[in-house]
Amino acid sequence: MFWTRLNFGKLQVGEHVALPLEDSVIRQLTKKERRLALLMLIFLGFIGAAMGILGRDDPLGIHGVLVFVAAILMVFFLGSEYYAPEPSNDRLARYYDDPSKVGIVMSMIWVVFGLAVGDWVAWLLVDPDLTFDAAWSSFGRIRPVHTTSVIFGFGGNALIATSFYVLQRTSRARLADQLSPWFVLVGYNLFCLIAVTGYLMGVTQSKEYAEPEWHADALLVVVWVTYFLIYLRTLARRKEPHIYVSNWYYMAFILVVAILHIVNNLAVPVSIGHAKSYSLFSGVQDAMTQWWYGHNAVAFFLTSGFLGMMYYYLPVRAGRPIFSYRLSIISFWGITFFYMWAGSHHLHYTALPQWVQTLGMTFSLMLLVPSWASASNALLTLNGAWHKVRDDATLRFMMVAAVFYGLSTFEGTFMAIRPVNSLSHYTDWTIGHVHAGALGWVAMITFGSIYASVPWLWKRERMYSAKLVEAHFWLALSGTAVYVFAMWNSGIIQGLMWRTYTESGTLAYSFIDSLIAMHPYYIARAIGGLLFLVGACIGAYNVWMTVKVPAAAMEKAEDTPLPMFPTGINVQPAE
Amino acid sequence: MSIEHGFLVGLSKSFGLFYLIALSAGVLAYTFWPSNKKQFDQAAESILRQEDRPWT
Repeated sequence: MFWTRLNFGKLQVGEHVALPLEDSVIRQLTKKERRLALLMLIFLGFIGAAMGILGRDDPLGIHGVLVFVAAILMVFFLGSEYYAPEPSNDRLARYYDDPSKVGIVMSMIWVVFGLAVGDWVAWLLVDPDLTFDAAWSSFGRIRPVHTTSVIFGFGGNALIATSFYVLQRTSRARLADQLSPWFVLVGYNLFCLIAVTGYLMGVTQSKEYAEPEWHADALLVVVWVTYFLIYLRTLARRKEPHIYVSNWYYMAFILVVAILHIVNNLAVPVSIGHAKSYSLFSGVQDAMTQWWYGHNAVAFFLTSGFLGMMYYYLPVRAGRPIFSYRLSIISFWGITFFYMWAGSHHLHYTALPQWVQTLGMTFSLMLLVPSWASASNALLTLNGAWHKVRDDATLRFMMVAAVFYGLSTFEGTFMAIRPVNSLSHYTDWTIGHVHAGALGWVAMITFGSIYASVPWLWKRERMYSAKLVEAHFWLALSGTAVYVFAMWNSGIIQGLMWRTYTESGTLAYSFIDSLIAMHPYYIARAIGGLLFLVGACIGAYNVWMTVKVPAAAMEKAEDTPLPMFPTGINVQPAE
Repeated sequence: MSIEHGFLVGLSKSFGLFYLIALSAGVLAYTFWPSNKKQFDQAAESILRQEDRPWT
């Protein structure tokens, strides 16, 4: 959606302002690809119309209108240059980076939006009146808007963008075709948009991190299978015999998320014209399936893919090969074997059989080994490059990400132990843990990778402002620290208050007592989140300005080999 | 076709007990196989080459 609008902007003023790509997206497509794109858009339009008509008495109809309008806009966009001459075959001697560029821009848009909503949710917990008395803005609706926007909108787009980048470089091969990456990007962002708008209308499956209903889920299946096929087809064309370890991580991410998504979302809609559906599972099986999904979403969406990022961008940025390639392989298989079994630790002290809980706890403990192997592998790679970490905020983002990865996997292992869980579960400690991982690890490695990729992709010498990268780094780090410390305090106090008994054996504190005790920490948390949000806004501005800088640097890069690697020119001194 | 509880338990207590260990042993053998070392070292270095075009 944004993609179309950005490019419409470009058409109106008739120059490359909005999102300087090498050439217009459509001009780079072959005639055959354009025809196929048109057919797909017409098909999408029909689906949107059908949803609109069949679901006219339901929120599904609104999504139908949204899909239909998106399809029409994209048809117009495609039509604007449909008959332009075909691209020359020169393009085949270059990597196809436009999807990565658009993915990064989308990612930055989603992160600003998602963090802003997240901070609103945080203030809502400080002052419940901040719903402004509307249904759509209640906690239960905007909280999934926040989680979906940051995890899937920000994280997902960044994963797609960087995976295409890394896949091509490590395979020394261009993406297998030019249309399917756009299908993945547009389809994926449409999925996110349907999900987020759905929550605001009360459309939800009530499964954490799997809230979107069946119509959005079905779209994601098609998109995700296409994404996996792009990976396989490009790998099949690779010129480098060995498949670099980042690709293993990215592929595990894509493949396992496909499996998780399909199984956890097996459901029967009330009717073809309703957004509401009922899950195939019920009771404790439903809970187990959901947390098998939920924890592996953490493992394969929020870990595996980002480790793929780390194993590529961190060595490249530091100018040193990974400390131990062998260790990276062992970590990879350790994570894939162990994580699958850890989900049941989310269901300690429930109707789930005791032995299944113990199984989840044991595998969570074992997981510490591959997790710390990756974290220490990253940090040991930096041995001999610590001066670069000091001078280069981009590399520092990646270094801090590795530290937080180590910290939050240790914490997660610890919290999975049943007696510890009896204190931590249902408290803010969990929220703190998730954010140590999401802000400290996932967002930090993503920002580091984005700051590394943007100059390489747009052929600039460096980011627009090194000082702004530095500012972003400190805002992100302090925001994360404030957030996590606030939630640790709040969570442990909460947990202790809930289990304190009087001499006569009754609970010493009412729930409202614990809520009042939380209030100062909620304020601190919201401020931490605000710092992180301000940092991300600065980051988005910096990326945008780097992209907009006129093409002086471009000419230089055009006739010289790309100054891609950090032997000098790309490293941004901190000034 | 229905899958009985007893069958699943039997499967997990026999095959399920060993396949992860077997896979792990396989991975360790692959990782530490002496002749693979060269390939791994090359892979670690391969991302640091100063080039930005596909090989043709």
